[in-house]
Amino acid sequence: MFFKSRHLNSINAGHHKHTAGCATEIMPVPATVRISMSQNIGAPCKPLVKKGDTVLVGQKIGDTDAFLHVPVHASVSGKVTGIETQRNAMGGMDTMVVIESDGQQTMDPEIKPPVVTNHKEFVEAVKESGLVGLGGASFPTWLKFNPKDMNSVKTLIINGAECEPFITSDHRTMLEDAQNVIDGALAVMKYLELDECYIGIEDNKQDAIDNFDMMFSQQGINNMYTFPLKASYPKGAERVLIYEVLGKVCDAGVLPADLGCIVSNVTSIAFLGQYLKDGIPLISKRMTVDGDSVAEPKNIVAPIGTEIHDVVEFCGGYRKPPKKILMGGPMMGRAIFSDRMPIVKNNNAILVFSREQAWIPEETACINCGRCHQACPFELLPTGFADAYEAGNVERLNDLKVMQCMECGSCSFVCPAHRPLAFMNKLGKAMVREASTNGK
Amino acid sequence: MASNTKYYDNLTVSNSPHLVTSLDTTKTMLFVVAALCPAAVMSIVYFGVPAVVLIAVCMAACAFFEWAYEKILNKPVTVRDGSALVTGLILALNLPANLTRLESIQYPIFMPILIAIIGSFVAIVIVKQLFGGMGRNFANPAIVGRITLFLSFTSFMSCWPTTNFQKIDAVTSATPLGYLADGSLAYAPSLKDMFLGNIGGAMGETCALAILIGAIFLIAKKIISPIIPVCFVATVFIFALVYYAVIGGGPDGQSALYMAAFHIFAGGVMFGAVFCATDYVTSPIMPLGKVLFGIGCGLVTMIIRLFCSYPEGVSFAILFMNIMTPLINNFAEDQFYGISKRKKAAAEKNA
Repeated sequence: MFFKSRHLNSINAGHHKHTAGCATEIMPVPATVRISMSQNIGAPCKPLVKKGDTVLVGQKIGDTDAFLHVPVHASVSGKVTGIETQRNAMGGMDTMVVIESDGQQTMDPEIKPPVVTNHKEFVEAVKESGLVGLGGASFPTWLKFNPKDMNSVKTLIINGAECEPFITSDHRTMLEDAQNVIDGALAVMKYLELDECYIGIEDNKQDAIDNFDMMFSQQGINNMYTFPLKASYPKGAERVLIYEVLGKVCDAGVLPADLGCIVSNVTSIAFLGQYLKDGIPLISKRMTVDGDSVAEPKNIVAPIGTEIHDVVEFCGGYRKPPKKILMGGPMMGRAIFSDRMPIVKNNNAILVFSREQAWIPEETACINCGRCHQACPFELLPTGFADAYEAGNVERLNDLKVMQCMECGSCSFVCPAHRPLAFMNKLGKAMVREASTNGK
Repeated sequence: MASNTKYYDNLTVSNSPHLVTSLDTTKTMLFVVAALCPAAVMSIVYFGVPAVVLIAVCMAACAFFEWAYEKILNKPVTVRDGSALVTGLILALNLPANLTRLESIQYPIFMPILIAIIGSFVAIVIVKQLFGGMGRNFANPAIVGRITLFLSFTSFMSCWPTTNFQKIDAVTSATPLGYLADGSLAYAPSLKDMFLGNIGGAMGETCALAILIGAIFLIAKKIISPIIPVCFVATVFIFALVYYAVIGGGPDGQSALYMAAFHIFAGGVMFGAVFCATDYVTSPIMPLGKVLFGIGCGLVTMIIRLFCSYPEGVSFAILFMNIMTPLINNFAEDQFYGISKRKKAAAEKNA
């Protein structure tokens, strides 16, 4: 609708939250882990260890001098058996440190709670923790906590929406780790001098909302609030969440800090709360394992670098032959080609689909129904992007503001002709970027 | 944990999203057919066997022409998506229920069936397939089929059989708009008869109640947006109200309000607004565009009805607005597009 509305368009993509009631299980340490050196959107790390070295849990094994980066830590104790190159989920090549576990899980004696007294030390501590945005973007969190204009940032928005179907790991975090979420949020608010904090949670997780409300009142916290969101996709997208909570429009390319807020995933904040207490860097991750090929779908905590077939084996193995394995949710997750890929920091789910569940109907002709426009949170025109992309018309793509698209996939989901609209939007954006670099 | 798992190294890689809706084009079309059912049933109740025959002939002919065209040109056959059935059903419901030779006009006995087949040919082959098939046609196939028949076989297409319940001693009767064009409403049916469809007219257009049931079904199932039908009907109503108020009432001393209601129940306004003007392919995408489209349809309809020589103008109005659709889409895109632009517009307004 073109009338001013408080809510952005959203779709009902189904919830499939089968594992919401599954308490998290801690996975035993696998025989070997493969730890990727590129686990953030910035520069890849260089290995600090070499073949034959002995490493301890939490020991830093990868770092770089580049500005945009976070270090990588060993998730198991044992012996480095090789530095290998492996194709990653994005299609590029990654350096992997392969560690054979000794099963002891000996902690690095240097691990101790970080000493934090001011903002600078806080940012440094977050950087050393290896924390990246755990919602999926893997943006280095320390950079997020270091905005250009500290005084203009007043609000912390914690993203606990978890709008992707199937995934329940954030939900379990909010139930099982609520105190860490609160402690982490209070630390962020203290060192960044923020006034208030909102935790956006979809209303299909009422128990999490009630839990936080109860804890806020018990602990006398009066500057943190839960913010119930309608349970529809994509309420957990950063730009959608900012609009829903603050009513501010966040264009593509605008940092939330420019609008006076910092958005962080609830799992990142929970990790931060834990890290400030014990100093253990990001070496394991809670994730949902689901899909019709998994014998026992559940929520687990797995060491970073665990290979996916080990994860599936812990969940009872394959019930049916897998056809598609997703890192992340079905709407924005990435399909990977091999179950020998390792878990990375920003994995919040491993979904294993059999042939039946992975089936996508064939594409038919566009019937101009406009459902993609009605579904788009930003009221863009995905069918227009697709046509302009096919015609190679960069000017039209710019007119239609293709760069505003956040690739949430709502348009592809609702399309009755099953056109891969989100894919074509991505290609259209790439075309615009290419044209602008060539033009300069 | 020593692993004996067989590795899977050749999994499907595809772009997200990996889930899609179960609603596809075929289901959409079946919903439209279901929504047309009340109108089709009422046409059979009122007109009997001719309605059954014409509906069957049109649907079969449309499906056949779609299949044959694609088969001959070696294109992928899309007849299973059901859009040809929708076209055929809408076209049939736009025809008068003439099947047998009537006293008043002379034509061969199989002529009505031939006419229905010609209409189907025009709709499917000329209007839809020659422009590129599903999703590429710029005009509503059923509407153009009807207009072609109307201009080519005017006497057949304007000879309206009476319903089974009309208490008139004749086999044909004028439509309400026919009475209006002749300048007197003395013999015109009551508003109640017009609402229930007990009047002369095209088979599916007469019963406003059946059309409303179909409209509510489509809107509730979110197959169509209510914007176009509401704007269309409201424009006709308001235009008639204002026009008759200005000229001081309708013929035979009828009030302006009566005339406004008369205009929305008479002829094809309801049917056209719900089933023809909302055709996805030939109507605008943006909500603002839909508003303009609906208002445009209403205006053109009333201008033809009141100031032109044809008694009825719904199909011409929809065809005219179909042709305007690309312009309307461009305009609507410029006005409201993306939430950031809306914010900018709001900021300028406040400044």
